[in-house]
Parts: sequence; C-alpha cells; structure tokens
Amino acid sequence: MNTPTRVLLTALLCTAAVACSKKVKEEAPPATPTTPTTTQPATTPGAYGPEDLDTDACLRQRTIYFDFDQESLRPEFQAAMACHAKYLRDRPSARITLEGHADERGSRDYNLGLGERRGNAVSSALQANGGSAGQQTVTSYGEERPTCTASNEDCWAKNRRVEITYTAR
Amino acid sequence: MTRIQRRLAATTRAWLVACLALLLPFAAAAQQGGLEIDIVGGNAQALPIAVVPMPYQGGATPPDTDIARVIREDLSRSGQFRGLPEQDMIERPTRGGEVNYATWRALKQDFLVVGRVVDAGGGAYRVEYELFDVAKQERLLGIAMTGRANAMRDVAHQIADAIYEKILGVRGAFWTRIAYVTSTGTGDATRYALMVADADGHNPQVVVRSTEPLMSPDWSPDGRRLAYVSFEHNNNSAIYIQDLGTGARERVASFRGINSSPAFSPDGTKLALTLSRSGSPEIYVMDLASKALTQLTSQMGIDTEPVWAADGRSIYFTSDRGGRPQVYQVPASGGSATRVTFQGSYNASPTVSYDGTRIAVAQGSGNVYRIALLDRSLGTPRWSTLSPGSLDESPSFAPNASMVLYAGREGSRGVLYAVSADGRVRQRLVLADGNVREPAWGPYRER
Repeated sequence: MNTPTRVLLTALLCTAAVACSKKVKEEAPPATPTTPTTTQPATTPGAYGPEDLDTDACLRQRTIYFDFDQESLRPEFQAAMACHAKYLRDRPSARITLEGHADERGSRDYNLGLGERRGNAVSSALQANGGSAGQQTVTSYGEERPTCTASNEDCWAKNRRVEITYTAR
Repeated sequence: MTRIQRRLAATTRAWLVACLALLLPFAAAAQQGGLEIDIVGGNAQALPIAVVPMPYQGGATPPDTDIARVIREDLSRSGQFRGLPEQDMIERPTRGGEVNYATWRALKQDFLVVGRVVDAGGGAYRVEYELFDVAKQERLLGIAMTGRANAMRDVAHQIADAIYEKILGVRGAFWTRIAYVTSTGTGDATRYALMVADADGHNPQVVVRSTEPLMSPDWSPDGRRLAYVSFEHNNNSAIYIQDLGTGARERVASFRGINSSPAFSPDGTKLALTLSRSGSPEIYVMDLASKALTQLTSQMGIDTEPVWAADGRSIYFTSDRGGRPQVYQVPASGGSATRVTFQGSYNASPTVSYDGTRIAVAQGSGNVYRIALLDRSLGTPRWSTLSPGSLDESPSFAPNASMVLYAGREGSRGVLYAVSADGRVRQRLVLADGNVREPAWGPYRER
C-alpha cells in the first residue's frame, strides 16, 4: 500500500469514527444524511460542505455553555467539538472566531480573562479533535455582551458561554 | 425645562449643543429628582454646619445655580459634615456684620457660611462668602470668587473645597470630575457611551459613543486625557487614549488577545495595562513616549486590573494565581509579587488611597459582591464594608480619599453611588436612562 492511499484510508476511518461517536451521543437525530450531493466536486464523500453549517444539527450547535467560574468543557459538548473540528479539517479555508463570555458577577476586567479562558478551552478541544489553530481566533467580551440581563442563575448560565462564529465557510 | 434651556443657551460650545439629545434626559433627571442623599448609619461625628442661602444682589438676571445648596450638598455627602436644612434657618445673614452667633449656637451649629452674589461685569458674577467658627465667634475665611453664569456650579464646588480644607486640614475634592460608561438597549441594539460629569453627577458630557462595548476609563494625572478600552477595532479589545479638549485619540494597544485595564502612572509618562498576547493575561507597563513594553508578571493565571501606588514605585493588581482572585502588589520596575488581601474568597478591582494606607476592593462571597475597605494605617489590617448591595463593583477613590465611587444595582439597572470612606453616608449619583457603570474619579483640577 503506498503512502497516499494509507493516509486517505486513515482519514476515512477517522471520519467514520467521529461520525459514529457523534450519532451515539445525539438523541434521535432527524434522518438527514450529512453526505453532500455532487454540488461540491472538491469535497470527498463524507466530508462537510458549507451548506451543512445551516442544516447539520451538530454543526448548528454554535454556543457552548460553562459552569460558574469554570472553563472546563462539559461532556455534553464533546460531540459539538468533534463535528466543528471535522468541519475545520474538511474545509481548510474555513475560519472561526471563538467569542468567550462571562456572567455579570465579579470584576469586569477579571471576567474578560475568564471569557478568554473559555474561548481557549474550546480552541484546545477543537485542536484535540484535529482542528487547526490557524483557523481559529479567540476573543473575549467578558460580561459586556450578555444575552440575558436578569440577575439570576438562569440568566447567568445562559451568559457563561463561547459563541462559535464562522467568519469564512 | 426653562432652566435647562437657559443653561444650554448660555453655553456657546457647538459640540455641547450637538449632544443635546443625550444631555436632555440626564439634565432633566438631575434637575427634577435632585441627587438623593442616603444617611446609612449614625452620623454623630459629622460636624454641623449651616450654609445660609446666598441671594443675588445685582441688577441683572440672577444665576440659575443655588450656590449655597450646592455647597451644603457637597459637604453633607462627604460624611464629614451635616448641613442644616434650609427650612431650619431662622435667620438669613448675607455678611459677617449680620451674624447673630447666639442664634447659631442655639441651633447647635459648629460652623456658619454666609454670602451673596453680585455682578462682576461682562455678564459674570462674583460670589462673596465668609466662614465662621460659631463657638469661637471667629471668621475663618472671607473670599470672593468670580465666574460666568455657566460656571457657578464650579464656583460652588471650589467654595466647598476651601471650607472643607479650612476646617479639616485636608484638600477638598468636590471640584473634580468623574468618568463612567453607560449602555442602553439590549442585544445587538445596545449602545455604549463613555461619559464625563462633575463629581456630583451634574453636567454629563459624551466623550465617545459606540455600538461596541466600552470599558475601564482611567484619567491622566493632569485630567486632560482618558485611557479606555473599546471593542470597535477587529471585534477585539483595544486601548485608546483620548484628549478631552480636542477629541484627538490614539490607539496604543491592540495586540492579539486581551488589551485591557489601562492605568496612567502618577507622573503621566507610563501606562500600566493587561495584555494576553503571551497566552494568558499579564501586567505590562508601557512607556507612552516610546510605546516600549515591560512585562511585570508571568504565570498561568489571570493577572489584571493594575493600579499604581501614589509614589509610582509599585503596582497593585488582581490575580487568581492562588486559585481565586486576590489583590497582589509588584514593584513597578519588576520583581516578585506579594499578596495583599487575605480575608474573603474574592477580592478584585483594587483602588488605592493617595497615601497608600487604604485599599478598596470589590469583595465577593457567594452571589454577593460588595465594596470593602482594607485599612492598613494602624498596623494590623482592618476590614470594613462600604456598600450594602449584592452586585457592587468598580470602586474608585476620590483624590483626597474622603469618598469612594462605585457601581451598584437598582433592580436590574446599573447606577453609581458615592459613599463616604467611613461608610456612613451614601449618595446615588447619576440618574440616567440605561445602565451606568465603571466610574473613575478624576484628579484635582487646577484653576
């Protein structure tokens, strides 16, 4: 077996493994095959295409939530890490911004650091799943951009987040 | 309305008129509601002082400003004085010869201020005032100050400063300014503004308006420039320095990662700041002439919120190197940091008194964050709580350390409070629409 074939085979196996593990964790995914049709001749079978960002349930999960004062990734977001990392691998021209946020409690400047830690944690998880660091930009807004403005745990939980934004598909 | 219109008409600066739309709600709120003074606890130590109304005795239009009232409110909110309510003044002398000491002794007043406003020519006014020690029946001050109609609040604040200093031996900080950030709207429609106002919340003016967050204003020691953080450049934090007179501004830090927490050195030649370009937030000092950076901290945790000691030789900052945020101190030239705060699981956002003996922080405990004061003037460090709220933050000392300005909540709305350094007198400051936060008390002003 020559080298290119071996690489291709390994890549396919990896892709299959990721796809399988993803299916196991998702609950009752609507039967939408992620294999793109022949609209994108450059993509290999099983690879993500830009339209999957709008249709694929896993890729549409673009917000990662965190526990209070924590930057460790909760297990429920591992599947999202795997599929976004796969997208980055499948589409080397894709670029994402990881926008870290904190809840309103505590110092604003310290929370800027906390938001960045969360962005870095997501970036590390994507890299561990094979996404290239060069495709990712981490930025932190601290507590300055809340999605929810009440002072209660429900709102705070919604604001402790990293938003994944595709700046290039 | 008429008072506001007259006041604005008196102002000739075009840029102020341009800000009319935003100024009106502020001015209207300040005029209608007045500024609320909230006596928190016993005020037994406050010195009783009567500031008698100072009538206009000229022949033209009287000034809008109630000078005696501004002086009285300044002195009262410092916590050091207790101003006699106007309705209790059974006599209204306007000059020394009219003072009947027995009356003021009977009203249990230690000090008495009387005065009058006369024409100074060219549309200006002269405020002539005298300060008396009631017990000694002695005149302590007799001064005249001149200013135009739109500067009468400035004149009143300077009179309050002179009275404060004469009686207490400490320079007054009423004639100073504050900077703060406001936000209105929610979500993508949120609008941010960096504001400057008088220390009592009057005369708010817009410095910067943005659709992206604004943060962390800090005054240059001469009061002419503000350093602040804006997210307008590449959707990331960047540090700007803006001249308040000309509006000219410079972006001084926009590295990869966080650019935050600017703090001018006491001599104005350097800027302490937080950068995470190396991977985690660290404290740096930038030479403002050359823009050369010196890195002061280097470790894995979050190091941020640098503030200078008054002598410029060390920098206090927040770090979670020990697990939770605490205040540390590091030599400004570099070296190892020592921990300063030990009580409480969360101490952040330090502000240091001019003499270095007191540090105020945002102290967290569970879901409650309050302003706490660490007094190190007596050997053993002593803590006291200055604020009663649950989400209080961003303390900032007055230049004479008599008061601390901070941001708190009223319902879900951000508001500013000024609290006396002994925690006894608290005042809600700015009555603006939207959220108000991140106050920074400016330096003394020079005439």
